[in-house]
Amino acid sequence: MHTKEKKFSLIAKVIIATIIAVYVLFPFALVVINSCKRTQDITANPIGLNGVSFQQLISNMNDVVNNTHFMFWQAFGYSAIITVVSLVLLAVFGGMAAWVICRNHTKWSRFIYFLFISSMTIPFQVVMLPLVSTFRDTGKFVGIAMLQSVPGIVFAYCGFGGAMTVFILVGFIKGIPYDLEEAASIDGCSPEGTFFRIIFPLLTPVITTVTILNGMWIWNDYLLPSMMLGQNGAVKTLPVAVQAFVGSYVKQWNLILTAALLAIIPMIIVFLFAQKQIMNGMIEGAVKG
Amino acid sequence: MVLPPLLKKRKGGKEMKLDKKLQGLIAVIAFFGGIAMLIGALAMDFMGSTFEGRGPILVIGILAILFGMYLFPTEKHHRKIINFIFLFPLLFTFLVTVIIPLLLGFYYSFTDWDGIRMRNYVGFDNYAKMFHQPSFVWSIVLTFLFVVLNMVMVNLIAFLLALLCTNKFRGIGFFRAAYFVPNLIGGIVLGYIWQFIFSNVLVEFTSKVFNNNYSILASSNTAFLGIIVVYIWQYAGYIMLIYITGLNTVPGEVLEAAAIDGASPLQTLFNIKIPMIAPSITICTFLTLTNSFKMFDVNLSLTGGKGSIASFMGSYLTNGTEMLALNIYNEAVIKSNYALGQAKAVLFFIILATVSVLQVRISNKREVEL
Repeated sequence: MHTKEKKFSLIAKVIIATIIAVYVLFPFALVVINSCKRTQDITANPIGLNGVSFQQLISNMNDVVNNTHFMFWQAFGYSAIITVVSLVLLAVFGGMAAWVICRNHTKWSRFIYFLFISSMTIPFQVVMLPLVSTFRDTGKFVGIAMLQSVPGIVFAYCGFGGAMTVFILVGFIKGIPYDLEEAASIDGCSPEGTFFRIIFPLLTPVITTVTILNGMWIWNDYLLPSMMLGQNGAVKTLPVAVQAFVGSYVKQWNLILTAALLAIIPMIIVFLFAQKQIMNGMIEGAVKG
Repeated sequence: MVLPPLLKKRKGGKEMKLDKKLQGLIAVIAFFGGIAMLIGALAMDFMGSTFEGRGPILVIGILAILFGMYLFPTEKHHRKIINFIFLFPLLFTFLVTVIIPLLLGFYYSFTDWDGIRMRNYVGFDNYAKMFHQPSFVWSIVLTFLFVVLNMVMVNLIAFLLALLCTNKFRGIGFFRAAYFVPNLIGGIVLGYIWQFIFSNVLVEFTSKVFNNNYSILASSNTAFLGIIVVYIWQYAGYIMLIYITGLNTVPGEVLEAAAIDGASPLQTLFNIKIPMIAPSITICTFLTLTNSFKMFDVNLSLTGGKGSIASFMGSYLTNGTEMLALNIYNEAVIKSNYALGQAKAVLFFIILATVSVLQVRISNKREVEL
């Protein structure tokens, strides 16, 4: 009797879990289905499968990919370059800075650490307007384009991502025994050699965490690129391109949803390959941050 | 003994001395060459030159200075130099993108800054002005309402999901991943997907069943609920993961002991599980709190902040679903009232900073108690 009851409650739980999963994934299904339709088929019935065809999907994709506001491949390329370069620089520079902050017990390193930590509460809104004007003015002054350029936005991401990166890395480096570094130094290893050959390889797990957190943020970020690159500048990231595209079309849902589909696919592919790392990284980031 | 890098591999008296001299020479050339380039580039800047190469010269100059410092043949100060070089990139970008704009932002909020230049110092005028804007006060009220509702709903749902997902049955990994998936996608895209669902799919359903042809996005009240629905859909899966981690730390023996003593599932939940995952609850509460405050993307793409309010503070409003972050953006970027937008942003920052300080206080207190 007891086991029967248990089995029954387990089945009930599986059914509930399935219903919720259907609800959570239903919007994605709608996106896929309606990307394969013409506008009139969507207006006629947005849920049904009437008018779904692979040819229509290809034709929608063609329309979207070659659209002058969207230019998928270009936006995808810019998003990829900006995200990857920012992540690499944040990992290397963040590791370097965190190591120095952690291993130097001076007034300065403590002050810098405090500065980084307290800056984590600063919302982007409070700095975005002066940021754009300073970047514009200094860029013009020194002759380096900081707005509407890839280096400029990578620079900004290093500045904004730095605090969280350093915070998480310092927490980890504290746990690495100092004896290791002393031993290396006695064997004649230079400080920079100690860092790059001994400490940096040990940071791999926590750098994965930091990279996932920063990567999710940078890839999906809209406000910073829209402020720094402009709505219709030459350089666009995917979220900015989606926004520009939708703004230029009055409710052509088949095209808008195809654009959404194209914007979603890269992230889903990455998730399928690194599901465990991403989920663990997000948890660790929250627990430590 | 810590040796500079070039010396490390080559040993032997004469060669070492020569190497050291050569290294010193390179260091001096790079350092002073870099300074010369830096000064040259800055001179061109100040003379108003439009020479394209002055930017790269500046960057190369700075790199040369750092390289020269790195090669400087000193054993005593090498560690200090490395410390400086290691801190420089991140600290420099951080100062330029966060600290300087923050200080400028505080300053601009007391002026009549128009995004390009400022003419007058206006004191607290901007701050006074924004509280006389019914639309702004409405945004504040709405944001607080949103934050409270959202915080409660997201945490409650995420916790229930976590309880469901800590059962042992087949495919549990799939369910966890599935619930988390919406969190992967950016708010802009999500907003448009849900706009489609609310104004096309749901209307199709309600018009057939209730004969109601209006999208829930058409009225401010229901659109506000729509934003919450989307936010929960996006965020609950992530918070759920944190609760699952918390629940997994509850030792099995404790639960077994409770079961043997005849505790009902509800008793175990309230007397054992919830008290034991208190740290997770704190984390999740503040995570949802700060994230709901900063909510922008979904607000922009789902409703655009539109919606009519018949009467609030004696006036008719058209920004029925506009939260604080979007209000700031619209004031500054769309309406070009930069100084006013900046003042609003400063207030936004103060609110968030207060919340964060409270967070630190409360979690410290908790830790002491535990």
